Amino acid sequence: MRAGFTLCAAALTAVLAIAMPASGAEAPKRGGTLTFMIPADAPPSFDGHQEGTFAMLHATAPFYSTLTRVNPENPSSTTDFVCDLCTDMPQPADDGRTYTFKLRDGVKFHDGTPLTSADVKASWESIIHPQEGVLSPRESYYMMVDKVEAPDPATVVFRLKFATTTFLPALADPFTFVYQKEKLEKDPHWYEKNILGSGPFKFVTYETGQSITGVRNPDYHHPGLPYLDGFTGIYAAKQATRLDAIRSDRAAAEFRGLPPSARDELKAALGDKITVQESDWNCGSLVTPNHAKKPFDDVRVRRALTLAVDRWHGVPALSKVADMHTVGGIVFPASPLAATKDELQQLAGFWPDIEKSRAEARRLLKEAGAEGLSFELLNRNVDQPYKYVGTWLVDEWSKVGLKATQRVQPTGPWTDAMRRGDFEVVLQANCRAVPNPILDVQPYLPSSVFTANYGNFEDKDEVALYGKMLHETDPAHQRALMREFEKHSIDTQAHEIWVSWWYRTVPHRSYLKGWKISPSHFINQDLATVWLDR
Amino acid sequence: MTIEIAPTSATVPVLVDERGRTPHGLWGVAATFFRRQPVGAIGLVLVLIFGLAGIFAEWVAPYNPTSNDFAAMTEAPSWAHWLGTDQLGRDLLSRILYGARTAFIVGMTSALVGGFSGLVIGVASAYFGGRLDLWLQRVLDIVMAFPLIIMALAVVSIFGTGIQNVIVAITIPLIPRCARIVRSSALAIREVPYVDAARALGYGHTRIIMRHMVPNVMGPFLVIITAFVGQAILAEAALSYLGLGVQEPVPAWGLMLQGGAEEYASTAPWIAIFPGLAIMLTVFGINLFGDALRDILDPKLRER
Amino acid sequence: MYRYIISRILLVFPTLIGAAALVFLLMRLVPGDICLVRLGSGGTSFTQASLATCHAEIGIDRPWILQFLDFLWGLARLDFGKSMWSGKPVIVEIATRFPISLEVAVMATVIAVVIAIPLGTISALKQNTWVDLLVRTFSIAGLATPAFWLGIVSILIVLDVTQAVFGHPWMPPIDYVPLWQDPIRNLSIVMLPALTIGYRYAAVSMRMTRSAMLEVLREDYIRTARAKGLIRRLIINRHALKNALLPVVTVIGIEFAFLIGGLVVTEQVFNLNGIGRLMVLSVQNQDYTLTQALVMVVVTIAVLSNLVVDLLYAWLDPRIRLA
Repeated sequence: MRAGFTLCAAALTAVLAIAMPASGAEAPKRGGTLTFMIPADAPPSFDGHQEGTFAMLHATAPFYSTLTRVNPENPSSTTDFVCDLCTDMPQPADDGRTYTFKLRDGVKFHDGTPLTSADVKASWESIIHPQEGVLSPRESYYMMVDKVEAPDPATVVFRLKFATTTFLPALADPFTFVYQKEKLEKDPHWYEKNILGSGPFKFVTYETGQSITGVRNPDYHHPGLPYLDGFTGIYAAKQATRLDAIRSDRAAAEFRGLPPSARDELKAALGDKITVQESDWNCGSLVTPNHAKKPFDDVRVRRALTLAVDRWHGVPALSKVADMHTVGGIVFPASPLAATKDELQQLAGFWPDIEKSRAEARRLLKEAGAEGLSFELLNRNVDQPYKYVGTWLVDEWSKVGLKATQRVQPTGPWTDAMRRGDFEVVLQANCRAVPNPILDVQPYLPSSVFTANYGNFEDKDEVALYGKMLHETDPAHQRALMREFEKHSIDTQAHEIWVSWWYRTVPHRSYLKGWKISPSHFINQDLATVWLDR
Repeated sequence: MTIEIAPTSATVPVLVDERGRTPHGLWGVAATFFRRQPVGAIGLVLVLIFGLAGIFAEWVAPYNPTSNDFAAMTEAPSWAHWLGTDQLGRDLLSRILYGARTAFIVGMTSALVGGFSGLVIGVASAYFGGRLDLWLQRVLDIVMAFPLIIMALAVVSIFGTGIQNVIVAITIPLIPRCARIVRSSALAIREVPYVDAARALGYGHTRIIMRHMVPNVMGPFLVIITAFVGQAILAEAALSYLGLGVQEPVPAWGLMLQGGAEEYASTAPWIAIFPGLAIMLTVFGINLFGDALRDILDPKLRER
Repeated sequence: MYRYIISRILLVFPTLIGAAALVFLLMRLVPGDICLVRLGSGGTSFTQASLATCHAEIGIDRPWILQFLDFLWGLARLDFGKSMWSGKPVIVEIATRFPISLEVAVMATVIAVVIAIPLGTISALKQNTWVDLLVRTFSIAGLATPAFWLGIVSILIVLDVTQAVFGHPWMPPIDYVPLWQDPIRNLSIVMLPALTIGYRYAAVSMRMTRSAMLEVLREDYIRTARAKGLIRRLIINRHALKNALLPVVTVIGIEFAFLIGGLVVTEQVFNLNGIGRLMVLSVQNQDYTLTQALVMVVVTIAVLSNLVVDLLYAWLDPRIRLA
């Protein structure tokens, strides 16, 4: 298993080298206040354990510490995990089922009270085993954890139900803030409206719906950090506002990711005053056919839908306007588990010859008696990249005689239509934090296993295959199983029509230094290493 | 969204030339209109240009308005694409021409349906009076004060984002505005002697309403529905901007201003500018024509 | 007269209750709910159990009729409850956003009045001359321009012009500060939105001023005054304008109530943290309590301004009461 991680790290350095800015030996300057944009409307609460949105995370990550995390010096790696509150990344014991963490000495919450293993345990319990009436959207993510123990104030032990390579990446999840046990016990909802952590910045003010401000934590447990005196995050859901703000230097950056047009606009207006960092994004677009609606119960029709789409030409073209870039299968392209180009070209919809592929699609449609089928694509009312991808797909499908129309709905009605099965095919996204491919493909399992799959199908073989992969700890075997799973899910059965990975483009003012892009807008946002070169 | 036309007194519509003669035939009317109302005529021409563009879009548009061309994305205006292309490589001129069709379908349908519903409610409310009038007015109050965006969101989320649903969302708030104005014009007529006489003679409600009240409120009514067409086009644009209007890939002006237009405002400004101009010119034309129409239909104003 | 006033005031209540029922029903007829938005928007998946937890926490698993009675009872006590999205009292959510919207609205009104009354008056006095034509074209164009488009274009122009002139682009600040804290910063934020809204508003008022002026100028006593040789300026100031102002003020008043509608889109364009944007947000989030409260505020303002106008007219023109 350790060997696996080393291997992964080596494979990755090469792949993501482009994403790294030239940082080098420059000595960071201290001081200054960073103003950045948060590309969303204000989140419902500040509680990392309950929320799933970056709108919460970008505003509050600087106030909190986590047990482990993705290495802030190397965030583009999918395998480089380091300690935040612990002292050393542990060796698993007990056949890979026990992980023991030692905590740093002298870590304090912003109110001055010491942070102990009891706080870490209470925080993780609220995520893994939430008490009744408390939300935990990531509960299923930690299904491998049996219990968390705190044998002494400086030790935390995680006991797993089975050995798995998915545990360490899951543990580094950026939403898993360490809270104060006392506050959690007094009121499990306390952290929704209050902020009290041990992170690099202390909370100052929150202007409802507008902005959030933090100031340097002088007692931060990583010596010498943070570099900034403070920060202000401003909410702005409209892209134009954010762009204009960066252009006129009202803000230095936004950290989620902007479409290519925005990058070009800023570059054209500001030249080398703008630095662009780019990375493949651990989010992707996929179409789910509703197997309960005819003729999508017919695998031939589902396969035709994927065969009709010319990804090798379409995605590079779309990359000029939409935040997409890399053609890939269901595994994050930079992960060692991802398919190679040759492997990919064996899959339906990824054949190198699109004419052959479309001919096959027409043949399948004819055989299924579904030539010239008219159907509706349910789509979400979000520009990037939903509407672009939807408009593109409709055009691609028309090339094999399929007549698709779009029904675009705001988030609530869109989710509701999926849950009620009130759609023929739906354009969805799967957006994850720390790349953890085996957990990340969970959403493609039938709803008997993964309740939020809305394809309305059952497939025992697929579930069995997944189980095998989850429990496999040998990287080579795991990779072979993943190929089998991928083929089954998006080709043989075409339960899902995988479209494309997204691409994260973050243009920021060049004086902003020490921030490194990662494959997820959820990762590495505590701003401790960020500094201003002015 | 309010109507700027003050309730006018009931009149019989007349168009007369310089010597006070009433023109005959379509050409006669047109010629007189152009001479008496040159500004209104400019408006009419603008409306006709866009209206005809919409009707004959298939023949005049150089490209298919919905087909993407990844080889020609965000291209500046050129001989191949007179108004440039949008972010998916679609020809802007073609989309604007087809968009005219969407705009007029939305505008005309909303105005006619909203106008006629308002006419029926307004006349009924005025003619029957009493309790019916009282309660109808309360219902109209509610609808009129109700924010359009919530009505639109409800309609669109419940029934979907088809063009017909957008029309429904835009039409509902127009009804009370028309009903108000028609009612106040009709109220004035209800009391005039010949209506009383008709009643005394025992004519049925339908006959009195159709023969006497409706023709007399026709003047203000025509002016209102002309104004409605422009307002409906603007409302469609605003709804599209908020993501509640018609949806891609339907060519519609408001939709063309949403998303892409803002995103590309500085790198490819033509994407934002031309659809905006199309809306502006059309609504401008409709308003000019509407003003001229008001002058003709309302002799009290015409004298000025 | 008193009977009319009292019955007119009493009629406000059925309107308000009707609006309450309408918004309550519409919001619930929209498929999905706030929990789906909250759990589903991040792109992560969620379980049935967490959905049920969320429903129970907010209380939307209770029967509609109980929720409606709660809402009405709250209205009666002027207690709007808590926002389902943020958990904060609705009154706080609205109060934080109100100053900026009010400021934009007031400034837009000032701009409208400053432009509309002089231009409308001149237009009427110089009827059918090129001045009149110019003013009317300007005002009709104002009615024809989508406010959000004007907003987008005006920000763009400011950015491009400042870049061309000073070498680096400038735009107004984006985080609102109250007027008394930093007047210059505050005004530079509010100026552009107020101008874009004010233009349309001015266009409406300009047309009203012009036609009201024309109407009054034809009245007999003005003719008499003219015949008596009073200087023109005096007539306009003392007589005509004063009498023409009533309908103009009415239009300005009613438009002010409807400004919220204009703000919805404009605040979106300029990223202003005001009532209009809060409304869009609460509708998108399917935040029932907040949307209901906002609708009631908007409807109440509209209904009350209607009431004032009606009463004013009744007081001025006794015939209306009979109609």
